[in-house]
Amino acid sequence: MALLRSAQQGEGSSMSVTTGVDGPPKVAFFNDPKVRSIGVQAILIAVIIFFGWQMVQNTLANLERANIASGWGFLDTTAGFDLSFTLIPYSESSTYGRAITVGVLNTILVAFCGIITATIIGFIVGVMRLSKNWLVAKVAEIYIEIARNVPLLVQMFIWYKVVLAALPSPRAAWSIGDTIFLSNRGITIPKFIWGDGAWMIGVAVVAAIAGIVMLKKWAHKRQEATGEQFPVFLTSLAILFGLPLLTYFALGAPVEFEFAEQGNFNLRGGVGLVPEFAALYFALSVYTASFIAEIVRSGILAVNKGQTEASYALGLRPNPALRLVVIPQAMRVIIPPLASQYLNLTKNSSLAVAIGFPELVAAGGTVMNQSGQAVEIITIWMAVYLTISLLTSAFMNWFNARMKLVER
Amino acid sequence: MKRTLLSLALGTAVSLAGITAASAGTLDDVKSKGFIQCGVSQGLIGFSNPDDKNNWTGLDVDFCRAVAGAVFGDGQKVKFTPLSAKERFTALQSGEIDILSRNTTWTMGRDTSLGLVFAGVTYYDGQGFLVKKSLGVDSALKLDGASVCTQTGTTTELNLADYFRANNMKYEVVAFEKADEVIAAYDSGRCDVFTTDQSGLYAERLKLKNPDENVVLPEIISKEPLGPVVRQGDDAWFNVVKWTYFALLNAEEAGVTTANVDDMVANSTDPGIRRLLGVEGDFGKAIGLENNWAANAVKAVGNYGEMFDRNVGPETNLKISRGVNALWSKGGIQYAPPVR
Repeated sequence: MALLRSAQQGEGSSMSVTTGVDGPPKVAFFNDPKVRSIGVQAILIAVIIFFGWQMVQNTLANLERANIASGWGFLDTTAGFDLSFTLIPYSESSTYGRAITVGVLNTILVAFCGIITATIIGFIVGVMRLSKNWLVAKVAEIYIEIARNVPLLVQMFIWYKVVLAALPSPRAAWSIGDTIFLSNRGITIPKFIWGDGAWMIGVAVVAAIAGIVMLKKWAHKRQEATGEQFPVFLTSLAILFGLPLLTYFALGAPVEFEFAEQGNFNLRGGVGLVPEFAALYFALSVYTASFIAEIVRSGILAVNKGQTEASYALGLRPNPALRLVVIPQAMRVIIPPLASQYLNLTKNSSLAVAIGFPELVAAGGTVMNQSGQAVEIITIWMAVYLTISLLTSAFMNWFNARMKLVER
Repeated sequence: MKRTLLSLALGTAVSLAGITAASAGTLDDVKSKGFIQCGVSQGLIGFSNPDDKNNWTGLDVDFCRAVAGAVFGDGQKVKFTPLSAKERFTALQSGEIDILSRNTTWTMGRDTSLGLVFAGVTYYDGQGFLVKKSLGVDSALKLDGASVCTQTGTTTELNLADYFRANNMKYEVVAFEKADEVIAAYDSGRCDVFTTDQSGLYAERLKLKNPDENVVLPEIISKEPLGPVVRQGDDAWFNVVKWTYFALLNAEEAGVTTANVDDMVANSTDPGIRRLLGVEGDFGKAIGLENNWAANAVKAVGNYGEMFDRNVGPETNLKISRGVNALWSKGGIQYAPPVR
């Protein structure tokens, strides 16, 4: 490559350096652009590595000098404390490592649920904000301005206080037919106990989803060919709920329920969702949705008005015009900032430490304090958030590439 | 460009080296900066609590003032850093504070693996439970299935788990980072039980909407020796803190109080008191202070008994009796080696 370029340069008569008859031009070593660019980059990398190495060494030396134990061995020792909400089996006799895993899973759970809800609310409100109906547009505007201008932590406290204040004590819990209970200890639903052949229901759900995908393809093809429309949405709903239910009864109802009942203090049995989770989930969804709504609005406004007018001219009503013409084009503008909001939501979930939900920062913080391993825990925090964020943005990049304007 | 990077690198390296060198001796550092940075709680009545003018009061606060009295002859040369249970050890390890006096339980793990060392026990405590009277519970053994509010990063949450496991009882824990959030959650009915050190229960109960509708259960489920903490490997400072604590106890035992300390210095003939107050001997010099260090400590806050009575004693809202915190000569276990 270098040879080739030198050869090309050699041919140029405007070169000021003297060129040999058939050799490369004699450029001073330090002025060779190739050498310079590689040299500078190499030095930069060396400096960064030197700094990183220095930091690690310095930290280790300081920890040792201050007699602070370090290393990863603590992850295998018994934690000795309990956590209020776990997705995997966990007790006081589990290890610190498992406590952190519980925290990671809780973070992923709340981030996942929050992202879905925030996206749905955000799209609805964003479209409402552009409505020609004055009242609808104003309601959306007021919601956005309140939700995005009140600090998230404050909203979290408000939700938490509201949830706790509005609900009765467990002794006077509200119940729906003694199956679902609602109190200031959270929602309790019956626990499913899977019997023989219950796995067939799972198979039915998968089959239903596959069926819906096929149905959608078929309906699309038919519409292209004949112009006839098919009520895909309603049929899909029927399949999604109908097929598993049919399987359930065909198998002779193999699922039993363990109902919650009144205990001395709390409800016993059943599966519970704690109010801390609800407060965190509502706050994150409502707060992030207000930003997403504005992103959606900007995306829709970025689509040329001619597109809407053209679809009206083709006879589309406003709803299909929005759904089939405007939003697909708006997605190009919406997706990149949407990805940032998803990352924000995930990281904002760490504020849960203030309302006592054991997500990564809260659980990790407890481990940090009980074991004294501050450096290790902070490393874990950084690594986990970095991984979650990178995976989210990888997914959003893939999604973005798919949604790019396909020009025919 | 390269030169900037290089100088940046060198500069940072030097400054990193500078940080490591700065924490050579806390006593010298404290003397040269002119005050003690004392880590306290974020507000626990009787132990460390700020008023609306940011004047701190409490037993833990007074202990820092006593150390300031011993070092500077002026108990006001203290600055306070409020810390959550979770932040406290890191703050001390990193050198942000000089002494941690924040109702902190002395345990083997904390004493040996954190690079810290406990200098004494200013309050012997034990963990208890607070419940609403309306629940009709009279013993901690009847708490099976209850929701319990507690603070994260404390020995409390570990003892709680141990106690319920040992007695084969189920419970649900709700853990918050700040003491105020714990008590607010308990007050709003999120939990049936609030647990912390017993002294803390009496103090936090005062913050409830209706303190009288809540009762402290009789069981004490753990040993919680609370005391000041300093960094390990800094013996000069450790000696100052440890002997200030002993001096306060010795002063009470010898009957030296804020009221009579000047008189004692001038007129006492008791050799033990003369040594304690620096009239005889060079004991203050031995720990790097003036010989009248103990007299100054007593002038700043009084002896241990005065400190106790003023902050948590029967005359205060907390109404805690001396109990096990009385001097050894009066049936308690507070005991100090002699100044000799």
